[in-house]
Amino acid sequence: MKIVVCVKQVPDTKGGVKFNPDGTLNRAAMLTIMNPDDKAGLEAALRLKEQYGAEVTVVTMGLPKADEVLREAMAMGADKGILVTDRVLGGADTWATSSTIAAAIRNLEYDLIITGRQAIDGDTAQVGPQISEHLDIPVISYAQDIKIDGDYVIVQRQYEDRYHELKVKMPCLITALSELNEPRYMTPGGIFDAYDKEVTVWGRADLKDLDDANIGLAGSPTKIAKASDKVRKGAGEKVTLDAEESVAYIMGKLKEKHVI
Amino acid sequence: MGLEEYKGVFVFAQQVDNVLDGVAFELLGKGKDLAKDLNTEVTAVLIGSGVKGLADQLAEYGADKVIVVDDPELKDYRTEPYTHALASVINEYKPEIMLVGATAIGRDLGPRVSARVKTGLTADCTVLEIGDFPLNPVPGKENEQKHNQLLMTRPAFGGNTIATIACPDNRPQMATVRPGVMQKIEPIKGAKANIVEYNPGFTPDHKYVEILNIVKAVKNTENIMEAKILVSGGRGVGSAENFKILQDLADVLGGTVSCSRAVVENGWKPQDVQVGQTGKTVRPNVYFAIGISGAIQHVAGMEESDIIIAINKDEDAPIFDVADYGIVGDLNKIVPALTAALKAELG
Repeated sequence: MKIVVCVKQVPDTKGGVKFNPDGTLNRAAMLTIMNPDDKAGLEAALRLKEQYGAEVTVVTMGLPKADEVLREAMAMGADKGILVTDRVLGGADTWATSSTIAAAIRNLEYDLIITGRQAIDGDTAQVGPQISEHLDIPVISYAQDIKIDGDYVIVQRQYEDRYHELKVKMPCLITALSELNEPRYMTPGGIFDAYDKEVTVWGRADLKDLDDANIGLAGSPTKIAKASDKVRKGAGEKVTLDAEESVAYIMGKLKEKHVI
Repeated sequence: MGLEEYKGVFVFAQQVDNVLDGVAFELLGKGKDLAKDLNTEVTAVLIGSGVKGLADQLAEYGADKVIVVDDPELKDYRTEPYTHALASVINEYKPEIMLVGATAIGRDLGPRVSARVKTGLTADCTVLEIGDFPLNPVPGKENEQKHNQLLMTRPAFGGNTIATIACPDNRPQMATVRPGVMQKIEPIKGAKANIVEYNPGFTPDHKYVEILNIVKAVKNTENIMEAKILVSGGRGVGSAENFKILQDLADVLGGTVSCSRAVVENGWKPQDVQVGQTGKTVRPNVYFAIGISGAIQHVAGMEESDIIIAINKDEDAPIFDVADYGIVGDLNKIVPALTAALKAELG
């Protein structure tokens, strides 16, 4: 079985948010990580590899620096890494990103494609389902459990108040939830081996069957009209009072606002 | 074909088990505003099996027209037949705007449909308005500025930044909107919509998945998104047992208990009462943030609350930056005393 896992290098917004003195986001000071949902997807692929035997290829699109997440993936146990990087691919929205990644995946053999549900920088959850549409294969989003049954996958697909157990013939694409598993750590041996493994770098010229009208900033249907750091409503009153005074204070406010 | 041939605001009216989801009504409320600005109509797209009877309800919440796609293949949500249904409706009726709820269904259906009809999709929008793109004309290129565009504003980077996005050259302009963000209208009793039935034909292919089993979670009767008063606890509450004092406060006010992500991670409360970026977006009349530090991901889910009252022992907690009334103090003393005072007051 051949599994392709799509991963993204993202700024670590969890806990590590840094601000400039003027209150804007200081991205340069923030660490980058492998997107958590993608890491769960990779872990799922590695477990399928252990259970059923598989070759796991990790694909990322980004700056040359995104090589780091491929090395991390290989240190965890992935077999191959492919970095799709080219200046003409920059500024892509989800449509252009998914068109590009789908073109890269067309260069590969695959039975199963796993992506994370969403990346923590954009939070769109769009790229996985859009890749599946470009490749004309079924998609199962929000996977909380994945099993293989011959040529089929059986997946628990999560909804707000239920899950569906779904069965579909491969090839198909699955988007993974972080809840799927607890990703393993890199091992020292794995880290060492990762630098012996092959990272293939593909540029625009390596991506066939991809129209220039569908890539990069120019090929993105959505355009940014305005971007700004979030202006939050200002802080209100802050008081330090003992319990009795606090209660009187809150009661006063609740009455003033006609809550009680 | 020209973009100007695309007319009208369409809303995907999500139903599960033939019950309409609240987000459908919220989208109709916003769709009505947008339609008014564009001098057009708002149309609900109702997809399912045996769902035609739900059309009147959509009319009461503002739909001028309801397009019903009814087919046995659409009984339970599956990506492919629903994508085929919605993409076919778009290709047939050519809306200029298509809104979808950012639910576990909509966040699967929206991207797949947008890829099929070749248009952009903006996820999890918090503000939708009609305006110009670019926002200001480029000097010398004034006539290239496009008017009557859907401007879609959304948070990114975990709520740290906001971006306003347009889709000037493709139609429809598609957006998903999180439940709880838009306001539904007061239903107009007896309102009727023009109902159109449409079936593009459903032939199962390799993309149709088979549903082996549907497992419903034990239903939590409390819906934090509907609550007028939320008493929300964070890590500072200290234990699952100590949520009792929050529950007592909620009970006396007729409110509901919710929580932050840390509480769910500690196993003190289930995920369906979690507020924030990875939980639910809430906008109650009063939001008590008790022992919640106020990480940006949490604030993103509750900052639209009318009144925010925060109690925290750490005077530097970021929750005080968004609270209307912040009390630096010990929640274990203040909360029970407040409950007692309210009991005395309210009888």
